[in-house]
Amino acid sequence: MLRPFKLHEPTSVDDAVSLLGRFGEEAKVYCGGTELLLAMKEGLLRYSHLVNIKTIPGLDEVGYDQGSGLLTIGATVTHTALEHSPQIQSHFPMIAEAEGNVANVRVRNVGTIGGNLCFSEPHSDPGAFLLLFDTQVEIQGSGGQRTIPLAELTLGPFETCLEDDEVLTTILVPQLPQGMTGAYLKFGYHARPTLGVGVSVRLDPTSSDGQGTERAVVAEVRVAVGSAGPKAVRVAEAEQLLMGKTVAELLPGLNGGESSTMDEAGRMAGQAADAMEDIHGSAEYKEHMIGVFLKRAFVKAIKNRQPTSQSPLS
Amino acid sequence: MAINETQRPDIDRIPVNMTVNGRTVTDNLPPELTLLDFLRDWLGLKGAKRSCDLQVCGACTVLVNGKAVSSCTFLAFEARNAEVTTIEGLAQGGELHPLQQSFIDNAAFQCGFCTPGMIMAAKSLLDQTPHPNEEEIRIYMKGNICRCTGYKKIVEAIGGAGSRTGTSG
Repeated sequence: MLRPFKLHEPTSVDDAVSLLGRFGEEAKVYCGGTELLLAMKEGLLRYSHLVNIKTIPGLDEVGYDQGSGLLTIGATVTHTALEHSPQIQSHFPMIAEAEGNVANVRVRNVGTIGGNLCFSEPHSDPGAFLLLFDTQVEIQGSGGQRTIPLAELTLGPFETCLEDDEVLTTILVPQLPQGMTGAYLKFGYHARPTLGVGVSVRLDPTSSDGQGTERAVVAEVRVAVGSAGPKAVRVAEAEQLLMGKTVAELLPGLNGGESSTMDEAGRMAGQAADAMEDIHGSAEYKEHMIGVFLKRAFVKAIKNRQPTSQSPLS
Repeated sequence: MAINETQRPDIDRIPVNMTVNGRTVTDNLPPELTLLDFLRDWLGLKGAKRSCDLQVCGACTVLVNGKAVSSCTFLAFEARNAEVTTIEGLAQGGELHPLQQSFIDNAAFQCGFCTPGMIMAAKSLLDQTPHPNEEEIRIYMKGNICRCTGYKKIVEAIGGAGSRTGTSG
């Protein structure tokens, strides 16, 4: 049962900011409610005032600048809208696919990207796969506007760096570098991911010397893990280890073989995830599975490249 | 500066206008009222069920402007100016909706508690994908849980309704 609250429906971000400033800790932004209302129903959170920012014009828009390759997503865009956005489908297919796999269709129809990121539930996909893009977020508050890396938004479970009167308005997603492709894989039961691993990779096009993908060298790679620990993180250590290695070295025998380098990268990613034990498994189990999924995501990221001739992975 | 409101003044209610199964509904709703409570307790439409209350099981699925939502965690005022469809709105002129008929023909339920939600979710699927294959059905319906039957007959019922009618009404 939800306790009574007063609803405010500002028509501008400035108005939302001043309402949040006025009511302080008694107020919270309402931006879909798929997570917030659950916590309020359970009595875990109590607010006398909810500020509905979905009524603010423009915050529900997706924009893509062809020149700079920058995708701008308003905070109130739903997961379903992201999944079906033609711009995202053509320029950020990985995001469209991953968004279509968030929770279930009912949550995707109502839940928003801004709400998801700001609620900072650790078991969440967008917070992890958006890290592959060096995503930034625009925040507006009484002190003005600031833009910070997404990686700095979440401090820990259900905790962000937002001040009480700040609103996350826009998510800025730069295009991956030319030739880089990504994949995000998750593992879990029903709506709740136990772990998620994202990999994006660019192979040096000259290094394969016309002899297929196996001889190609990893020129650039990004690894992100989420859901298993308190917050999603990039794994710089694993990225450095994978850099400069050939595909054959990382995936001997392609899908089936063993690679001590890939295993080591998986171990690093598992450790970086800071996995927590819960009903879905021990920390050790999750760390191990992150290694398994790192390898699978790496394979899929390579497969997601534009098909090249005779490539065994294409 | 804490604001304590022990009693809600009527002025805090939100005026809404919506269509529920084709019928216009106008009312002033408390913001915290969920769509499920509004449908069941205010309008007497008991088809949508409360089960997990966490948006996981799908028993409370209804359509808002054609989109499936968990009415247990969807605030009723958010349906303002929208078209709400519940299981009660599917049969037309005493004739069952093809999905309802297909669930009967395939014996796709046992206790029936999940069925209204299953059928509403399936309707939103068929409205956007008139002829889904089995995999598409399974992926779309993964958020609707049945604790009696397993899912084979449910999937068959939805596939049957899709191939029989093309689009649903």
